[in-house]
Amino acid sequence: MGLHVAVLIKQVLDPEVPAARFQIDASGKRPAAGIAGEVLGPYERNALEVALQLKDAGAAEKVSVITADGQEAVESLRKALAVRADQAVLVDTSGHDDLDPAQTAEILARAVEKLGGVDLVVAGRQAGDWDHGQVGYLVAERLGWPCVSLVQRAELDGGVLRLTRQGPDGREVVEARPPLVVTVTNDERNVLRLPRVQDLMASRRQPITQWSPADLGLDAAALADLAGGEVLRLRIPERESQCEFISGDDPAEVAATLVRRLKELKLL
Amino acid sequence: MIVIAGRGGQELSRAQRELVTVARRLAGDLGSQVAYLAVGPEAEAAARRAGAFGIGRAVAIELNDASGAVEPIIENLAQGARRLGASVVLLAADHLGVQAGPRLAARLGGSALNDAVDVRVEDGRVIWTRPVFGGKALADVVLRRSPAVVTVRSGAFEAAEEGAGEAAVDVLEAVAVDTAVRVVQREEGRQEGPRLEEARVVVSGGRGLGGPEGFQRLAELAELLGGAVGASLAAVDEGWAPPEWQVGQTGKMVAPDVYFAVGISGASQHLAGISGAKAVVAINKNPDAPIFKVARLGVVMEYEKLLPALIEAVKRELA
Repeated sequence: MGLHVAVLIKQVLDPEVPAARFQIDASGKRPAAGIAGEVLGPYERNALEVALQLKDAGAAEKVSVITADGQEAVESLRKALAVRADQAVLVDTSGHDDLDPAQTAEILARAVEKLGGVDLVVAGRQAGDWDHGQVGYLVAERLGWPCVSLVQRAELDGGVLRLTRQGPDGREVVEARPPLVVTVTNDERNVLRLPRVQDLMASRRQPITQWSPADLGLDAAALADLAGGEVLRLRIPERESQCEFISGDDPAEVAATLVRRLKELKLL
Repeated sequence: MIVIAGRGGQELSRAQRELVTVARRLAGDLGSQVAYLAVGPEAEAAARRAGAFGIGRAVAIELNDASGAVEPIIENLAQGARRLGASVVLLAADHLGVQAGPRLAARLGGSALNDAVDVRVEDGRVIWTRPVFGGKALADVVLRRSPAVVTVRSGAFEAAEEGAGEAAVDVLEAVAVDTAVRVVQREEGRQEGPRLEEARVVVSGGRGLGGPEGFQRLAELAELLGGAVGASLAAVDEGWAPPEWQVGQTGKMVAPDVYFAVGISGASQHLAGISGAKAVVAINKNPDAPIFKVARLGVVMEYEKLLPALIEAVKRELA
């Protein structure tokens, strides 16, 4: 019996949107609508790849992806199905705007429990929009499972997970037994694969499991009470732009000027 | 009680001394006290040292756990924070803080916040500021539950100066925690030169290097200047540089005097990691690269041409 792996994903405002295009909406608390499209978050892509590699190796029997979001996130769930995740779950949180990490983690932990039989939860280290870096860790606490953070690769060896992770000073290999939560960071070997054309077509017809917070035993009041904090306002930081360009075609001359200026500015 | 938490050691690291600055500001505005909590093999040494920063009370938990798992550290931090009656727990947003902050908050029934770069008190409310959307915006946030467990980004606050003084230290027995998580192998990171986070000079490369070979040139320049080599997320994803070199929102936060950005376009998530640099020197063949917007000095040229000349120029200067 292989593992049942649940990957927690999030669809985010495209992180590649240039700073110059970033704007804040009239509420002052969130980005303006329409400044960029939405994409499957960068670390969730790495997380999904780690799970799919376990499946390729025969270590995982089933990969489920879960997100807590509005209907628009079906797009990212379908992307996950197109790279051959087995099941996609949307906990539709429409009407509960601006969920914070504590709320999201409670919803996702309950969804993992409702799925049943999950051995390994894989989350990105942080979502590429609000950069909270909390949800995977809070899900671990809520489930009462240990958590291995900043994982880059996972293998199963005789019931033991061997996890390559970013340690404080370099890579580490950690052994752990399921049930377990891991948070994933990027690495050259967990860049998300591209879907095959036939899988892309098939993913459009696959069913998406839809739950509401109420299906997970959370009414609006209970959900509201879980919030850990509140955003008062967003603002755009000021950036200095006073670059002094050192021009010229002769590398030796330019290099000499650069070193001289660095010394004059007392930087070297 | 405002509690500064960490792993201890013989000295307070720069990151820990930055936490002292945050704690003092909060304690002054809220009329509360500052305490120090260390959990680790040299917990007591650091706890005594905390007295020199005007901290009167400390808890030391001597934890010698061979597993390498984080759970024993988190559980003992929770014990110490409860003992001290923490209303705020401050951690550096480093390797430990990233994995411990939210979980510690959960265990203490508090609220978590990561990567604080500023804090102020308004009408008795503590307002934390943190970068969001890869540094394209800053969010002002209030936390609802106590304690607030906050990780603080390095370089955002001045490091406190050491003075004289003694802390009253409670030494607590460590709680044993077995999680069946074991570190079985540690790859040695970079051996020579300063740590990226503490280097006075950082030479970083990005996708514009076009391959791993370019990093040898960067390493040569870094070594000449007594600095460290860094990399952008793109270069790490390409496999040209190891992940521990990554600088940016999800890599290392650096605060050197000079940051050389070579072939780095300047994505916001990268810029978020270098905001503590005194000066950025951008070397890029694309004059429209966003990196020039934050650079003090810029050169528009192919790095393959400039770097050898720059290395020669530095050698001449140093000779």
